[in-house]
Amino acid sequence: MTPLLQVKGIEKRYGARVGCTDVNFDLYPGEVMGIVGESGSGKSTLLNCMAGHLEPDAGQVIFDTRVDGPVDTVTMSEPERRMLSRTDWAFVHQHARDGLRMSVSAGGNIGERLMAVGDRHYGDIRDKAVDWLGRVEIDASRVDDRPSAFSGGMQQRLQIARNLVTGPRLVFMDEPTGGLDVSVQARLLDLLRGLVREMGLSAIIVTHDLAVVRLLADRLMVMKSGHVVEAGLTDQVLDDPQHAYTQLLVSSVLQV
Amino acid sequence: MGKDEAMIELIDVSKSFTLHNQGSAVIPVMEGASLKVEPGECVALTGSSGAGKSTLMRVIYGNYLAASGQVLVGGVDVAKAAPRQILSLRRDTLGYVSQFLRVVPRVPTLEVVAEPLLSVGCDKQVALDKAVGLLKRLNIPERLWTLSPTTFSGGEQQRVNIARGFAHEYPAMLLDEPTASLDAQNRETVLSLIEEAKHRGAAIVGIFHDLEARERVCDREVNVSDFTPGLAA
Repeated sequence: MTPLLQVKGIEKRYGARVGCTDVNFDLYPGEVMGIVGESGSGKSTLLNCMAGHLEPDAGQVIFDTRVDGPVDTVTMSEPERRMLSRTDWAFVHQHARDGLRMSVSAGGNIGERLMAVGDRHYGDIRDKAVDWLGRVEIDASRVDDRPSAFSGGMQQRLQIARNLVTGPRLVFMDEPTGGLDVSVQARLLDLLRGLVREMGLSAIIVTHDLAVVRLLADRLMVMKSGHVVEAGLTDQVLDDPQHAYTQLLVSSVLQV
Repeated sequence: MGKDEAMIELIDVSKSFTLHNQGSAVIPVMEGASLKVEPGECVALTGSSGAGKSTLMRVIYGNYLAASGQVLVGGVDVAKAAPRQILSLRRDTLGYVSQFLRVVPRVPTLEVVAEPLLSVGCDKQVALDKAVGLLKRLNIPERLWTLSPTTFSGGEQQRVNIARGFAHEYPAMLLDEPTASLDAQNRETVLSLIEEAKHRGAAIVGIFHDLEARERVCDREVNVSDFTPGLAA
């Protein structure tokens, strides 16, 4: 099987400081990978390098495109990469307002991505928008409301609907449950897991919440000071951590 | 794989823990562990508390990393396999009924039980029907099926966990005290589930503190104290 994504030797520096360095992994279709580490460990830098938001100083991010097969997205042209990020890729930001247009209705937020890939029939777009609002458990009567009138949890679910409506194959998520209260988190986890299974999505989730990765991620990568210090099966890394930092991380979690 | 070939086979497996944050203490917990389980066979792990029964189960499941040796399950060496291979092994071949139910909050019990079937591509209705059958056999009242098991009593969670573990017919199974905290009737059901699994050819490794249960379903016992460093002569 061809990996959906191959990350090879990714490095990003901020002047003399290391953002992330020497990151290598393959992600296969249907796999969910978690990236954990403390603040400043380079996990968001890495995510942004992979998603094309930051240009890495070295390395390749090879994506298995539908038409041309594996292509290095770092060296592809800007329009090609933008097309990819509107179709096969999705990016869920930690703060929903970074991923939504706050001045456009909920339906418009979902519809915009459809229009960007060529949908023109207004009725169809609206139907799909309403369908997706339902899937993320937002009442259809809110389709014309602006996201600014939504709660934080609803905004996050709207952002997910906007991202997934075009049927992407790879979703990048930056702390998708960060800042939400736990009952809303649980709802979002349930939703994400269902979508991953039903749509056969692959996902890369950056988080500092070990409980979230245990439930969502098949595999886990642990970062510290820009380096990957440990990687493996999620439950193996959490139950039998090998690296000093991972042991510290796992033993620092408060039990409830 | 031939009929007489082992489904689960451990060859000279060792395990130690290195505690980096406690003076890098190295604690050897298992040495020279060897074990062979054929299809249709149930092997009980015995030994006093702390001897390493659960450790051995986790080494087989792959959430503990073996330090050396081979851990073969259905021909895959869990000690060396890539995460992707272990994931597919766990999906298709190797089931684990642990003592604790770990689920995504809010997911209804019926779906929790049907999930292993759905993940091997089973038709949704067939999976749900099978889940219903198991929940009925394990006496989980129908009014609870649409609720998340997170709020259930300990015994109910244990039974939901067993239903989930037996939903897909894994050729290899690990059972961690499957009859603990069950009443006589539910215990009987679980023992029949184990017997049925053996009958269809599942290779089982289990921990049973319940002596009667162990004698009824297990063909052999393996004392893990033999693998405890310093204890075996």
